[in-house]
Amino acid sequence: MDYTLLFIQTLNGVQLGLLLFLVASGLTLVFGILDFVNLAHGSIYMIGAFVCASLTYWSGNFLIAVVLSLPVMAVLGYLIERVIARRLYARDHLDHVLGTFGLILVMDTSAHLIWGPEGIAVPLPDWLNGQVTLFADVVVPSFRLLIIATGLTIAAGLFWLVNYTRLGMLIRAGASNRTMVAALGIDIKTLFSLVFALGAVLAGLAGMLVAPITEASISMGGEIIITAFVVIIVGGIGSMKGAFIAALMIGLIDTLGRSFLGDIFQLFMSQDAAETSAPAISAMLIYIIMAAVLAVRPQGLFPPKVR
Amino acid sequence: MGRLGKAGWVTLIVMLALLILPPVLLWSGNEFYLLLATRLVILAIAAVSLNLILGYGGMVSFGHAAFIGIGAYAMGIPVYHEFYGGLPGVASTNGFFQLALAVGLSALFALITGAISLRTKGVYFLMITMAFGQMVFFLFQSLSEYGGDDGLVIEQRSELPLVSFDNPLSLYLTSYAVLVAVMLLVWLIVNSRFGMVLRGAKGNDQRLITLGYNTYLYRLTAYVIAGVIAGVAGFLMANFASFISPDMMGWSRSGELMFMVILGGAASVIGPVLGAAAFVVIQEVLSSWTVYWHLPFGIMLILIVLYGRGGVMGIISGRGSAHRRPDE
Repeated sequence: MDYTLLFIQTLNGVQLGLLLFLVASGLTLVFGILDFVNLAHGSIYMIGAFVCASLTYWSGNFLIAVVLSLPVMAVLGYLIERVIARRLYARDHLDHVLGTFGLILVMDTSAHLIWGPEGIAVPLPDWLNGQVTLFADVVVPSFRLLIIATGLTIAAGLFWLVNYTRLGMLIRAGASNRTMVAALGIDIKTLFSLVFALGAVLAGLAGMLVAPITEASISMGGEIIITAFVVIIVGGIGSMKGAFIAALMIGLIDTLGRSFLGDIFQLFMSQDAAETSAPAISAMLIYIIMAAVLAVRPQGLFPPKVR
Repeated sequence: MGRLGKAGWVTLIVMLALLILPPVLLWSGNEFYLLLATRLVILAIAAVSLNLILGYGGMVSFGHAAFIGIGAYAMGIPVYHEFYGGLPGVASTNGFFQLALAVGLSALFALITGAISLRTKGVYFLMITMAFGQMVFFLFQSLSEYGGDDGLVIEQRSELPLVSFDNPLSLYLTSYAVLVAVMLLVWLIVNSRFGMVLRGAKGNDQRLITLGYNTYLYRLTAYVIAGVIAGVAGFLMANFASFISPDMMGWSRSGELMFMVILGGAASVIGPVLGAAAFVVIQEVLSSWTVYWHLPFGIMLILIVLYGRGGVMGIISGRGSAHRRPDE
């Protein structure tokens, strides 16, 4: 066993998990309080990456671009909520899915029109582009450490926001009984817009963080949304804690599965068989995990309290 | 009402038009329209099967295209091995063998994923079927022997007695016959005692359970039937396109199938056929105007969801309503 590789891949898994958490937290927040299924959440993530890429070239600095992109994402989320999502809250989930499916087509094609079919690479400032030697021969890119630090900070911030602030109290109250919250004189519509915008900012931030590694591309939204769904299904839809734990779990399983499943399979099957089956199984691994979790706990690992 | 209601007349007219128009257009030298009609009919088969579980059973499945993919690969993989060797047990160009494989694998996949997904309801069911659909997508994408992401050109169409799929008209008429058979089957199912339970469980699951019905088993059976029919559609689709790729079963394909069902009007047998027709025509018209046809298509979809009422059949029968939640 190559322990250096294992350590680096574990770090990569944590990084993927935290990015997934940024996307899934918005998804689960919007679902938890608004009971709204937003398929277009992945496209918001994609738009975040492109906006950040453009602003990086305009301003010449990645970090300035991120700071400037965040309000853009908030406005985008707010607009989507006001123009489309708000009209669908009273409908059933089927209408949410179809409406936001249409929204995906609109956003993806718009991105194609604005930024062209090719992906856009996002350059990093020099001090972020280097490598950090953690210990002995373990060297990791410093930007990946920044992603992990940002992800953990945001997770802690969300935990504080939801559990210890007045806004968080309203969010939790709205999730359990929105009619009652409205009856107590809270402007529930503004609260909903705020939650939706917050979700868009979180997804957009994830897109911005991933763009320097993979470059901004149109297909990235569709790729992450399904994994984000798997995360919130496993964690329990509407649960922030569930989203965090499941995101890390899925991130680690996916990353480690892809790099080590072949080696593990070779322990008990021929090299040929291992080399053909490992990629197929590792591509399906997170779905198999999801199926296993659901077979035991149909409502996910941490289902939120029943409303 | 006479023996034939409004829906009956619509069904009769649409199905007669589909029987007569494409061959006539072919003979007048427009083969393009026959090919368009073939795609329409094959998509309609899949949409009718989705409607059995979505419209009648209330199971909002977002992974239905996976069955089309399974059916298509069940047709393409035996042909691949027939031409390039390997897996002698599977290699075949025999249509019956491929069809049996398509049916068997779709049924197995529907049974396993249905048994797990149907333990949940509503939005959980929706996301889980979507995830299982993506699982199949990634599985075929990772199989580099069958072309991976790029897909696989099928060297030879299925061999069946009496009909030759190399003849476009034969393939069309066969697909048409399958569509008619599937519509008849779905009509018989929903009007049978089994269908009554299925529809009753959609309206009030608790009441049906109290009456002693195991609604889970009824749903699972319907789910497997729908999966098998979509698998057959996939078998036909592979023969039609002579090409298979993971793109056939991506989640946007599942979304398009859902769109057909809703656009045409769920919970009527002819609705999904109208929806498939509308989808194919809209796609054809828009994509002839612009390569960015997804943009107007997406806007249209949003407008239909916001303002449409019960789809085309809802407009025809004049009793459409938006999908309001029963519980609020």
